[in-house]
Amino acid sequence: MDMQSRRGFLKYAGTGACALALAPVAEASSGGEAHIDNEELGMLYDATKCVGCKACMSACKRVNNDNGNLECDKAPFDKEALWDAPTDLSGNNRTIIKLYKEPGKPWSYVKQSCMHCQNPACVSVCPVRALTKDKQTGVVDYDKSACIGCRYCQIACPFNIPKFQWDRALPQIVKCNFCKNTYLKQHGITACADACPTGAILFGQRKALLQEAHSRLQQSPDKYIQTIYGEKEVGGVNHLYLAGVPFAKLGLPALPEMAPPEFSTKIIHTIYKGFIAPVVLYATLFAIAFRNMKKDESEPQLVHKEDR
Amino acid sequence: MDHSEFQKQKGSLFTRSFFVLLALVLIGVVIVGIRCFKGLGAVTNMSDGFPWGLWITYDVAVGSAIACSGYAMAILVYICNHMRYHPLIRSCVLTSMFGYALAGLSVMFDIGRPWNSYGFFVPSRWQADSVMFEVALCIMAYAVVLIIEFLPAVLFSLQTSKWRRLHEFMDTLTPFLAPDKEKMERRIDSVRASAGRIRPILDKVLIFFIVLGITLPTMHQSSLGSLLLIAPSKLNALWHTGFLPLLFLINCVYIGYSIVILESVLSSVAFKRPIEVKELSGVARIIPWLTVIWLSVVLGDLAYRHQLAAAVRLDFYSGFFLLEFALIALGSGILFFKRNRWSPRWLFVSAVLLVLGGGLYRFNVYLIGFNPGPGWTYFPSLAEVMVSVSIVSLEILAYQMLVKVVPIFPRLHLPGHGEPGNTEPEQKVTA
Repeated sequence: MDMQSRRGFLKYAGTGACALALAPVAEASSGGEAHIDNEELGMLYDATKCVGCKACMSACKRVNNDNGNLECDKAPFDKEALWDAPTDLSGNNRTIIKLYKEPGKPWSYVKQSCMHCQNPACVSVCPVRALTKDKQTGVVDYDKSACIGCRYCQIACPFNIPKFQWDRALPQIVKCNFCKNTYLKQHGITACADACPTGAILFGQRKALLQEAHSRLQQSPDKYIQTIYGEKEVGGVNHLYLAGVPFAKLGLPALPEMAPPEFSTKIIHTIYKGFIAPVVLYATLFAIAFRNMKKDESEPQLVHKEDR
Repeated sequence: MDHSEFQKQKGSLFTRSFFVLLALVLIGVVIVGIRCFKGLGAVTNMSDGFPWGLWITYDVAVGSAIACSGYAMAILVYICNHMRYHPLIRSCVLTSMFGYALAGLSVMFDIGRPWNSYGFFVPSRWQADSVMFEVALCIMAYAVVLIIEFLPAVLFSLQTSKWRRLHEFMDTLTPFLAPDKEKMERRIDSVRASAGRIRPILDKVLIFFIVLGITLPTMHQSSLGSLLLIAPSKLNALWHTGFLPLLFLINCVYIGYSIVILESVLSSVAFKRPIEVKELSGVARIIPWLTVIWLSVVLGDLAYRHQLAAAVRLDFYSGFFLLEFALIALGSGILFFKRNRWSPRWLFVSAVLLVLGGGLYRFNVYLIGFNPGPGWTYFPSLAEVMVSVSIVSLEILAYQMLVKVVPIFPRLHLPGHGEPGNTEPEQKVTA
């Protein structure tokens, strides 16, 4: 390739690449202020109050079984499928109680379910709006009639919450939606919070839950790790945690305060804002290609067209 | 479009490799059949921690990069104005067409609820924030564009072919079924006539599609990188950067050119054609410039994010990073020397290194550098590997059949340059 054309190549390839990929990075790093809406609904789980009775688990499954297309997880000994023996969140379980027992230290139960993020990564990545966040209640819900099963939500979720039904011919995503279409409608509370006999699960507005959590931290500072997990993590979540054992040990990862979509959508929005960059790219490329084609036609034909 | 630049390959469709490849394809069909009835978990090792496995990583992320030869050559020919490379373009468009069609196919059995994918065409379901949405629409559009770009070759064949294979087929049927030969001949004539009518119209508007065929891959190849932007806590810091879209874009272009070299050398050997060293050395000259840009973005970005120490720590992640880096640096290093660019052997070696390195980069981003947390592991199952093998087989199978039916290869025109007797010259167009 001669010098002139290499320069041409670099120039054109460069402008295209820059327009589409380089410019946004600079803008993305400038950052933006996250807004937390404390009017949204949330849950507060206090691990120090939980006795591990798993009443929440069975209430959840009883209430959401049909609506959520759940089944029982069979134990190996259980040929007749009389027992439900889940070991983790799965395509059959929206919530689970686990026991953390480190030798020589106090044990702790922990409940896992969807964190209902303020700025949920799963909602931002779903290509067909199967995952949505209710503007008023803040509930992150899943609609299987829209879902294509691409599992991008599973990649995106920093808590690994959405689960996929790997063993089914007609699978779907399974995750907690605060009983939005079932128990919450009838009783104004989630089935798990209603079933909890010790008050370890509180349901209500995020504002009130935070207040309660802060006062508990103040009243018995020795009992608790002095943070509310979920208050600031990934831009704030609505499922808050109090515990006496470090959160990371309970399977709640240490995460930055920035919501993942804040970083990614900023880059994507800059590239595709108003669809201007792609149109400009097309127009530029078209002008160049058109000119080149014309030039090629007007030039004398040099090679191997003798069969015409 | 100047059809005299291209010619068909002579030879039987049903070779030994045809049946071997067909068998491999059928194995894949059976596995996909099992997946349809027993679920993805029955055949794959994917899990809730690793929801994307070999199929997305290889068939889609790497496969579409390999299918970027059409994109890369279109940039070279139409944007950089190197019409002398035009003879290479048809085989590239063909590979791209197969690459994208099969990436699309593998997505259809990888996703759990494919019957809902009509949602991409329902505006109320559109979610512009989702990179997946953009990638899906772009890839679908590009597949259509590739088919349109390839149509002139098909129409040309329909118009000028002697329909030898169809006639032979009818002759074998004659003793039993005795199809009406005259009626058949009339039908062929009408097909010829309509192909002749469509072709000039298509030639006039083709430039719009060619440019679209450059714009769309620019968009979705960069977006394939953007897909992983959302997972800063899962993708290792060696690979998670705001430059992912740019890196994926440049990566697909140099993989594209390397594939042009590989494909040309391999098909020259397989079909006993002379190797197009002159054209290939020209293509090879561009690659080092791209990789130098790419490698400096990678290094500059790592330095900026203070990750250079992690890159040379020699742990699991650093090992794969260094391997990827070394393959690309070595592959492009070879091409800096003019002597190597004119040697088919070195061209081939460097192209292999670049495709391996560039592909490994995509594996690193999608699988190897991805860590969802403690307790999750992934290694593809045999069934997953076999399905990917079967997809590649289908690609090669269709390629080696189509080059014999439609004029795709560059015409051999230089005197003393190969065996012109090996190929079937095209008839003149009389339309």
